[in-house]
Amino acid sequence: MKGGNRVLPGFRLSLGLGVLYLSLIVLLPATTLVLQAAQIRWSELLFYFTDPRLLAAVRVTFIAAICASLCNALLGLLLAWILTRYEFPGRKFADTLIDLPFALPTAVAGLTLSALFAKNGWIGKMLAPMGVEISFSFAGIVLAMTFTSLPFVVRSLQPVIEDLAPEYEEAAECLGATRWQIFWRILLPSLIPALSMGTTLALVRSLGEFGAVIFIAGNMPFATEVVSLMIFTYIGEYAYEAAAAVAFVLLLTSLLILLIVQLLQRRYSAREKL
Amino acid sequence: MRRAGFPLRRPTAAGWLLIGGGIFCMLILLVLPLILIFVAAFSSGWEIVTQNLLDTDMLAAIRLTMWVALLTVPVNLVFGTLIAWCVTRFDFRGKKLLLALVDTPYAISPVVAGLCYLLLYGNQGWLGGWLDERGIQVMFAWPGIVLVTVFVTSPYVARELIPLMQAQGSQEEEAAVLLGAGGWTLFRRITLPNIQWALLYGTVLTTARAVGEFGSVAVVSGSIRGVTNTLPLHVQLLQQDYNSVGAFTASLLLACMALLTLLLKTLFERRQHKSLTNL
Repeated sequence: MKGGNRVLPGFRLSLGLGVLYLSLIVLLPATTLVLQAAQIRWSELLFYFTDPRLLAAVRVTFIAAICASLCNALLGLLLAWILTRYEFPGRKFADTLIDLPFALPTAVAGLTLSALFAKNGWIGKMLAPMGVEISFSFAGIVLAMTFTSLPFVVRSLQPVIEDLAPEYEEAAECLGATRWQIFWRILLPSLIPALSMGTTLALVRSLGEFGAVIFIAGNMPFATEVVSLMIFTYIGEYAYEAAAAVAFVLLLTSLLILLIVQLLQRRYSAREKL
Repeated sequence: MRRAGFPLRRPTAAGWLLIGGGIFCMLILLVLPLILIFVAAFSSGWEIVTQNLLDTDMLAAIRLTMWVALLTVPVNLVFGTLIAWCVTRFDFRGKKLLLALVDTPYAISPVVAGLCYLLLYGNQGWLGGWLDERGIQVMFAWPGIVLVTVFVTSPYVARELIPLMQAQGSQEEEAAVLLGAGGWTLFRRITLPNIQWALLYGTVLTTARAVGEFGSVAVVSGSIRGVTNTLPLHVQLLQQDYNSVGAFTASLLLACMALLTLLLKTLFERRQHKSLTNL
């Protein structure tokens, strides 16, 4: 494949059509947004981003997305571990079910979770006496975000856990390490690149999540409104400039997070090789 | 599908504890919601379900959703395959950029995706004004819904194929070319049989995402009842009408599609695994 071998046919055709398609479908609309945002003056941008309602939405979105990603990191690690290491009845079924959040439309997920965790819902009923409210509160946003991005961590970790050589663990065990030490010293360090990548993908997905969140959040201004809903509201009010400004910042943040994690990962894997 | 790496173990006591915890979380997050959809949809009996399903707005929403998926999936299937062929079989400058562009829709919030298209094709948009003069309406009509759906689902086929085609390498194809196979014969006889199951799964996943897309479609559709209302949007509309059973009936259809997707995925992966081990 390397070395510019062009024995195989179709290079020009596939490259040309592929670039044309991506330009029309992805690049052109994204550029439109960037250009629209570039027309906005700094003073206007400052005006939009000092609106307390938007600032509250930004805070809620970020904190909820970070909470959801941390939940996903822990839960994803647990699920990936049990699904790849242990033989138990229903393992294959559980493994298939992990992908449900990718296959189930987000609106359905939001509707169902909000009914399940509402005060009169199956689970909400059990939590209500303890004073725990999930639907129509901040916790609901975290729950919806956790659901929609659940497969990312599991699916990034599974191949890595499968490929871990058992020799290291066995050697550590022979040298008298406890299970806990083996986990912290041997297993976790080799899982960190995949874990951080999966968690980042979950974070980016959660930051932009709309469908699932708006059904369960209650969408109270200053309390349970997320950024994507604010953009949606601006669009509904024909405030396209404000919408473009906020959307541009959201897009930039997502791309920046992905870039930083990729750079960190490169550095981490370079250090591992030394 | 498992690779032949680490052998599965019989769980120890601590292992059972971990399994218990994991399965408990999965039950609450994944299984209970599925059961709830079925229970809530049938809570007032079969007749109400059929009545909801035969409602004209519901039928219109189903028709529109199928129409959108029918137009979206072939486009992404063809171009996804072309892109996968291009990046796994050739080396060229700007390949990383091309791959980054393929992944961009993953990083964009659906609402932002909708906004991008609205700015481009809306009445005041660059292309929108020009199209409007010619009497072509894209936004708040089905062409707009198709366009954003193509955008949102564009990475799936390519992303499904690229790792597989990279792993398979191009030796078989090169041999075929040396034996005098033309481009089309090469694709049909060598490449397609090697990637067919991954391609089918990519198609199924694209279909599921196309049918279920909510945020971006909500921005560009205008949600006109019975005209530009897709099935996921109809779920929201029914819920706002306090027709909870109706909302869950529409959800039931979408959940069945999701379950079918998972079933087909398992099936295709097993076939792919088999065809690899047969080599």
